[in-house]
Amino acid sequence: MPLDLEKPYRLNPSVALRPEPFGALAYHFGNRKLSFLKAPDLVEFVRGLGEHATLSQALDARELTDVRRASYLKALDSLVATDMIVEGE
Amino acid sequence: MTATLPLVEQFKYGLDAPICLTWEWTYACNLACEHCLSSSGRRDPDELSTDEIKAVIDELGRMQVFYVNVGGGEPTVRPDFWELLDYAIAHHVGIKFSTNGVKITPERARQLASTDYVDVQISLDGATREVNDAVRGPGSYDMAMRALKNLSDAGMRDFKISVVMTRHNIGQLDEFKRIADDFGARLRITRLRPSGRGADVWDELHPAADQQLELYDWLVANGEGVLTGDSFFHLNALGSTPLPGLNLCGAGRVVCLIDPVGDVYACPFAIHAVFKAGNVRGEGFKSVWQNSELFKDLRRPQTGGICNSCPAYDSCQGGCMAAKFFTGLPLDGPDPECVKGHGEQALSKRDGDTLPKASQDHSRNGKRKVLLGIPSVRLPDRACDTSPLA
Amino acid sequence: MAEPVSEEIETPVVEELLVEEVSIDGMCGVY
Repeated sequence: MPLDLEKPYRLNPSVALRPEPFGALAYHFGNRKLSFLKAPDLVEFVRGLGEHATLSQALDARELTDVRRASYLKALDSLVATDMIVEGE
Repeated sequence: MTATLPLVEQFKYGLDAPICLTWEWTYACNLACEHCLSSSGRRDPDELSTDEIKAVIDELGRMQVFYVNVGGGEPTVRPDFWELLDYAIAHHVGIKFSTNGVKITPERARQLASTDYVDVQISLDGATREVNDAVRGPGSYDMAMRALKNLSDAGMRDFKISVVMTRHNIGQLDEFKRIADDFGARLRITRLRPSGRGADVWDELHPAADQQLELYDWLVANGEGVLTGDSFFHLNALGSTPLPGLNLCGAGRVVCLIDPVGDVYACPFAIHAVFKAGNVRGEGFKSVWQNSELFKDLRRPQTGGICNSCPAYDSCQGGCMAAKFFTGLPLDGPDPECVKGHGEQALSKRDGDTLPKASQDHSRNGKRKVLLGIPSVRLPDRACDTSPLA
Repeated sequence: MAEPVSEEIETPVVEELLVEEVSIDGMCGVY
């Protein structure tokens, strides 16, 4: 499912997020997938996703550069594809 | 802003906690498989108590270890097994346990089917009774099949059938896949290592070179959905398609072993003093994982040694540390099953009379050579006895 | 985070890959 910027997203409750020096490891207990989040700021962003009414607002709140925002969107695509982040509140 | 390291590079330096680890809960086992990696059979008098295991589970929970692969021996012969399973889940530590099926009754199967965060893996080393029982003992095939049926009937899905690939079952890959499909299970195939009793049968059981190619080709063609425990990356140089998975040795970096008496080793296939990092009694697991000298060593950048100049090194990463060690090969050289043939060459040069021996042997009746592949020659033994000698 | 102009010019065209998925199954050497 492609990202919908006008919907709210949150970290899937089946996912354990474990901090590491490089960022975090995300492990989905349901589908056994392991993802590697390679930036601490992205990890913080993902943790706080559920606090915003839409994904668009969550991104705006970070005041990202264009390049960084593009990286985030690519990362979020990957996380949605593995069911690590899901639509809804 | 510094560029982030590629993931594989990151793993080479180790993690604050293992991603998962193997934990053998007992050396006791009702079977006496010829290739047992932990030389199991008899319970050790010094095994971790119920409370000691719970204390380690507490630690693993705090460290946020995602899941633990529980095995042995046969873990379900511990009277406190089910209590410990519940305890782990309650502390958010997922459990995948490996079993020969002895205790997987319809009732237990129903219990497991309704439990989250538990995964079950049934060991099977032949798609037919003849091939399986030659390695695992008379009655073991039927016992495994019964467990598979009970799990399937109970509505459990995605439990695993785990096969150790040998010279005698490589030709049965399609049948293994079919058995798994029939039961709604997932097939998992893993590499035989010369570890534990595996060292005694390595020469006769490990796949021949042409069979390795057969295995690699099969995985490339049919391996979607087949799990491998990352154990075949040494075969990557056979083709241009890398097998899915991490493709490097995780010992001491992303995985390790806790044995039944609390010793921590770099890997379950390396139960030897050289690879022992410490003991959970006293200092606890976290301290060993984060501070042991052995693990610090393993987390330093490793060079391929003489493998560096080989164009295949990028894909095979020098193979399996345990396989090299127990066949008497240097760790900075080729794997004994190196697909380029460098391993065979190295084996012919080494002193085959003084191979390292595993530091724990709980085999029953001592070690005995059995004519593999000819089940009728075997004496009836205690293979299905559920009360192993203490 | 403020970024100097020179860094923007040197920013690579390909964005950094911030999430990488690993296919693991019990990792090597485990059950």
